[in-house]
Amino acid sequence: MPSATINPTRMELTRLKGRLKTAQRGHKLLKDKRDELMKQFMDVVRENRELRRRVEEGLMRAHGSFTVAAALMSPEMLEQSLLYPKQSVELEMTFQNVMSVDVPQYQFHTTSQDPGEVYPYGFAQTSGELDDAVDAMSQVFRDMLRLAEVEKTSQLLAEEIEKTRRRVNALEYVKIPEMQSSIKYISMKLDENERANTIRLMKVKDMILKEAILEKREADEKVLEAFHETPIEL
Amino acid sequence: MYKIAVMGDMDSVLGFKALGLEVCPVSNPEEGHEALHRMAKENYAIIYMTEQLAAKLGPDIARYKDALTPAIILIPGKEGSLGIGMANVKQSVERAVGADIL
Repeated sequence: MPSATINPTRMELTRLKGRLKTAQRGHKLLKDKRDELMKQFMDVVRENRELRRRVEEGLMRAHGSFTVAAALMSPEMLEQSLLYPKQSVELEMTFQNVMSVDVPQYQFHTTSQDPGEVYPYGFAQTSGELDDAVDAMSQVFRDMLRLAEVEKTSQLLAEEIEKTRRRVNALEYVKIPEMQSSIKYISMKLDENERANTIRLMKVKDMILKEAILEKREADEKVLEAFHETPIEL
Repeated sequence: MYKIAVMGDMDSVLGFKALGLEVCPVSNPEEGHEALHRMAKENYAIIYMTEQLAAKLGPDIARYKDALTPAIILIPGKEGSLGIGMANVKQSVERAVGADIL
């Protein structure tokens, strides 16, 4: 049932028809957008799960070695050996546009290119497990960066999909049916007015005709009377 | 030029220092709360956080979920994985699709 506030006028009808057309076009576009986003999202999420599993495994290995190293060395020693890192990581961030969603892309470079240079300490006073831990971490680091990129992308895409889905549903199940029923209501009302007008005209025509007939009859009678009164001369 | 930080308890994050990442050792949730918001305001693009800490900072992390930066990525701490990271992936699938289809 359309809301009570619409005016059943021809202008309102034209306006509503225009709006309905726009809404249908928008609905189609948003639906396409949702489908494409969903496709991209599924790829990203699959990669996300895979990467996360790999990173978690790698980090657990690193933590294992690190715990052993921490047990073998005094805490002060451990902290001292790691306090001044030899290399530093520089991160650049650019944005990629996926279906109007900005997703981050990270590029990183380390200050030293040699992978053997990650150990910031001398080997003489540290335990071998610490080397293992640092090594495992530097290996898993590339995956960790990729994970950050992929996971953020999937979160942002999920948000956008949710929003688009809401819009599609609102248009499909609320807005468009509402407008259609309003249009139907107005056109019915206009047709009804048209018919009422026709009937009114017919009635008026009948009345005028009746009057005309009566007048004609009276005139005829007068003529007839006059005819009878005049003596017939033979 | 963006920065990367690692948050969590001392023993879990110390190793990352060797890689040249910025390390932010946190011993209690209040400290974590403060550090997180401070870093979010500065130009940190990625914040790695141990699941043990993240479990206590749920609402703070949710705030940055839809923001472009920082990306808060959960990693297992030295006590092992709590499965929160995987659960988050699942959650985002549910959010987008409406059901967990993987």
